[in-house]
Amino acid sequence: MTFVLLSTVVLPTLGGLVAMAVRNRVGAWIATGFAVAAVVAAAVLPVAASDGPLWHRFDVPWVEPLGLRFDLGVDGISYPLIVLTAGLTVLCCLHVLVTDTPRGAQLIALLLAVEVGIVGVFLSMNLVVFFVFFEVVLLPMYAIIAFWGGANRRHAAVKFALYTLLGSLLLLVGVFVVVSGTGTGDIVALTQSRGAGMSDRTQLLAFALLGVGFAIKSPLWPLHTWLPDAHTEAPTVGSVMLAGVLLKMGTYGLIRVGLGVTPAGVEAAQGVLTVLAVAAIIVGGLVCLAQTELKRLIAYSSVGHMGFVLLGIATLSSVGVNAALYGNIAHGLITGLLFFLVGAIKDTTGTGDLDRLGGLRDVAPRLAGVLGFAALASLGLPGLAGFWGEAFTVYAAFDVFDDWGAVAAVLAALGAALAAAYLLRMLRKVSHGPPSTAVSPVDDATTTSQVVLWAPLVLAIVAFGIMPWVLLDGFTGDLLEWITR
Amino acid sequence: MIEVIWLLPLAPAVAGLAGLLVPLRRRRAATALGLTGIGVALVSSLILAVAGTTASARRVLADFGDIVVEANLIAEPVAAYVAVAVTVVAWLVQLYSTAYLRDDERYVPYAAQVSLFTAAMLLVVTADDLILLLVGWEVMGACSYLLIGHDRRLREAPTAAVKAFLVTRVGDVGLLLGIVVLGVHFGTFNITALLLAIPLADPGVLLAAGLPILAGAIGKSAQFPLHTWLPDAMAGPTPVSALIHAATMVAAGAYLLYRLLPLFTSDLLGLVLAMIAAVTMVTAALAALASDDLKRVLAWSTVSQVAFMFAGIAVAAGDAAMFHLLSHAAFKALLFLGAGAVIHMVASNAMFRMGGLRRGAPVTFWTMTLGFAALAGLPPLSGFWSKEGILAAAAAADTSAGTIVLWAGIVTVGITAAYATRAWLRTFFADRRSPARPHDPGPAMWIPLVVLSVPTVLLGAAGFVGPVAVVELHVWPTVPVLAVAALGAGGMWWRWRANPAVDPVTGRAAAFAADGFGFDGVQDRLVTRPLRGLARAVRRGDTGLVDGAVEGVGRSTSAMAALVAQAHTAGVPRHLLSALAGVAVIVLVGLAAYWGGFA
Repeated sequence: MTFVLLSTVVLPTLGGLVAMAVRNRVGAWIATGFAVAAVVAAAVLPVAASDGPLWHRFDVPWVEPLGLRFDLGVDGISYPLIVLTAGLTVLCCLHVLVTDTPRGAQLIALLLAVEVGIVGVFLSMNLVVFFVFFEVVLLPMYAIIAFWGGANRRHAAVKFALYTLLGSLLLLVGVFVVVSGTGTGDIVALTQSRGAGMSDRTQLLAFALLGVGFAIKSPLWPLHTWLPDAHTEAPTVGSVMLAGVLLKMGTYGLIRVGLGVTPAGVEAAQGVLTVLAVAAIIVGGLVCLAQTELKRLIAYSSVGHMGFVLLGIATLSSVGVNAALYGNIAHGLITGLLFFLVGAIKDTTGTGDLDRLGGLRDVAPRLAGVLGFAALASLGLPGLAGFWGEAFTVYAAFDVFDDWGAVAAVLAALGAALAAAYLLRMLRKVSHGPPSTAVSPVDDATTTSQVVLWAPLVLAIVAFGIMPWVLLDGFTGDLLEWITR
Repeated sequence: MIEVIWLLPLAPAVAGLAGLLVPLRRRRAATALGLTGIGVALVSSLILAVAGTTASARRVLADFGDIVVEANLIAEPVAAYVAVAVTVVAWLVQLYSTAYLRDDERYVPYAAQVSLFTAAMLLVVTADDLILLLVGWEVMGACSYLLIGHDRRLREAPTAAVKAFLVTRVGDVGLLLGIVVLGVHFGTFNITALLLAIPLADPGVLLAAGLPILAGAIGKSAQFPLHTWLPDAMAGPTPVSALIHAATMVAAGAYLLYRLLPLFTSDLLGLVLAMIAAVTMVTAALAALASDDLKRVLAWSTVSQVAFMFAGIAVAAGDAAMFHLLSHAAFKALLFLGAGAVIHMVASNAMFRMGGLRRGAPVTFWTMTLGFAALAGLPPLSGFWSKEGILAAAAAADTSAGTIVLWAGIVTVGITAAYATRAWLRTFFADRRSPARPHDPGPAMWIPLVVLSVPTVLLGAAGFVGPVAVVELHVWPTVPVLAVAALGAGGMWWRWRANPAVDPVTGRAAAFAADGFGFDGVQDRLVTRPLRGLARAVRRGDTGLVDGAVEGVGRSTSAMAALVAQAHTAGVPRHLLSALAGVAVIVLVGLAAYWGGFA
């Protein structure tokens, strides 16, 4: 089955190359076919899984003199993220084809390159390989923003690239500290031994470097300011990939590498992480409440939701990490859907200004209906996917810490009420009331084909809302056990 | 084989989800789905009511490692009765809506949302796991939000919908935290297990869990100070007001307290509950007395009547509270549906547009007369017995909570009789104040009125038999209660008779009361505006300071780069010169190192 494991990265690579070579609709369709094949490959990963810490592993020597190995593997923690990445990529490719985006083949090629990088990160079981894939994502994403973005795209693209590059440099130093301290880059072995070979101080240093790198990517407050610009200027598919899966590299890194490789470091930084997480939840919510631009609002909502994920991680408990992993997937689905929606609204009305929108449910009832659904999901309505992560993050915060944990739990829960406030305000401004001059010309028929495209996301949000065990049972495994000891 | 109890939430849920996919013009399909889904639940709840306590098998829904969420339901006899009330009212509302929303092009999603709402309420009624209960609780709130905002012609509808969701959501934060406290402390969310463990637990923990859960119940049941959303929620279609904002969801707060009754038996929580209930029942009754909008009269009346249920919980008379929930569900649903028929006649909610409607609309008149009489507490109708049950329990309770709710209750009974009389007289008597011809609605609308008048009249019997057998008549407080009610109704009639053409309740104080005693303004000044200001300030800080620092670093780096670049854009001779200088420096350093090394 290592063949399937490898094909999750090889298939999109091939697809991207085809799209680059054949730059027309045929090439774009063939590339999309490769993306679909990659989803199938990702979906069947659990077949014939082995019992060990990893379901499958592909581990070969790479740069022998440096002891560097090319080491890929998959388990219940990375599996849903890989499927999410591959699935969102397919939807993005189809979106490019359906909306007939100019230079579509090139855009699809870049999307597939992003997919390769992100899936690679989720598969990497060696720190150096992890870092390499982490960097693969940067340039294609930069190009997507810089060439297909909005009016202010260059500034946003450069800000994105430089800011996250800074994070990457710190990440690289952190990887170096770990590898030189322990003599190995094997994430599984390091997790099992709790970063043996590094003193607690070294672990804290390593985690500080790694953590800031991941924090910028996630993004965690106050290192988040590249995100609103990037989201606002990026084309729809760029925003979807950014919010849906690219940010998850940061939170995944915190769990897999931070909790796994430098557990003592995370423990020492627990207080700081908790404060930052709560601040992100509250600040993100308040900024959204005063926001006037649709895409920027959704972008800032990510800051709040990622705050919940960080809070879950910071508890270092089984409940908290489970909730964080759940929130990660749910946010990918929900915010991915929201960016598809606001992208469609901005493209058809030509504006994202909340004061110039209104009355969408009269003009395009289907679009408005899905928007309402996505907003309810995003505010953490029980019965939909967003609930489990956030509610049990509150639980974990209450459970693990003493009095201060109760404060964190109360503030986080209030943040959830804040989310309801800003999302309903958004619906009130966009969907309700009489149709504005910008909204009036919108034709329901043109958006309907896109609504069909989003159906998988809607279904997944409902399914993970009412069947939480599907994901949670998958998370259970050696790795979760090791990192929450 | 799926257990019958699961049909309660699942049948309407499936019907509702399927209904959301039905095309807008397929009205009949939507009606069929709505009636079938809730009908199946209705039959199932009848089976449960006969069968006695029923529980489903326990299944793990979510395993978070240290704590487990289970999908399991339980229906004790009282819960089964509540389920019957919910499904009967919901089924009648679906039937009624087919006629009431005849010309509404968005009837199809409306019917589906009513089904989803019913499913959520039934989940709250039957859940044996607090997280499962929370799921139903909040889905109910979301459906309420959608249904209040349904009417696109009403400018105030979207704002009212948002207000309803947000105010209840603030309470729900409390509910979640209370559930978390229970879960953390007892290691389970299972309600049956918790009820066994609570009496033995540390009172501090119970207070820490009880107060926030109480906040959740207050929000959902529109009790002071989280009551402001309910009068505005009357922007929703009238059948929705009947189902959600009277008979079921608003009563769910009281049901939750009943479900967790052992949590609220401490003196302190009982006192808090009693004070909330007392303030709410009196002020809301006064607001109902002063309001001219028929639906708002009924809305304020709902707030006041649900406060009676809270009062029952405050004196640990859970069964009496649930008995009032059942009888209130019957007569308030009847009154709202009747109000819908009246509003259809005169095309207005305002009572100054009504009057003289008893001739020509006999079904509406007589059924609503029964409803108003039950609300006013006229024996032997249901409302008399159920209020009697609560006040008798309060009189028997030897606590300060009992004293508070007893006296507040007696005062409220008088005001209630007065406003019920006023609404009845203003709607049906004197001369007509609108050109519309009075007429009874079609069968889809009058059948529910007739059906609901049966329990309105006869439900009192349930106070003597069955699981809510709570009524025992005593001179105290029955006689004073009856006297106060007679005084309220008679006084109102006497004032009205002087000049039947004008409203017997007028004046500045009345306008202030009808406006909810200006509490909306207080809420606006204390919560909404400061929060908005804070949000704006934080947004400015985030763009100005946090992002400003990032952009500043970027700009200053660019500026320095430009300076350096300028220094490097000199002509060739200077390059040569500087290169030579550089070589000289390197050589010097090298020599120094060489000599230094040998020194």
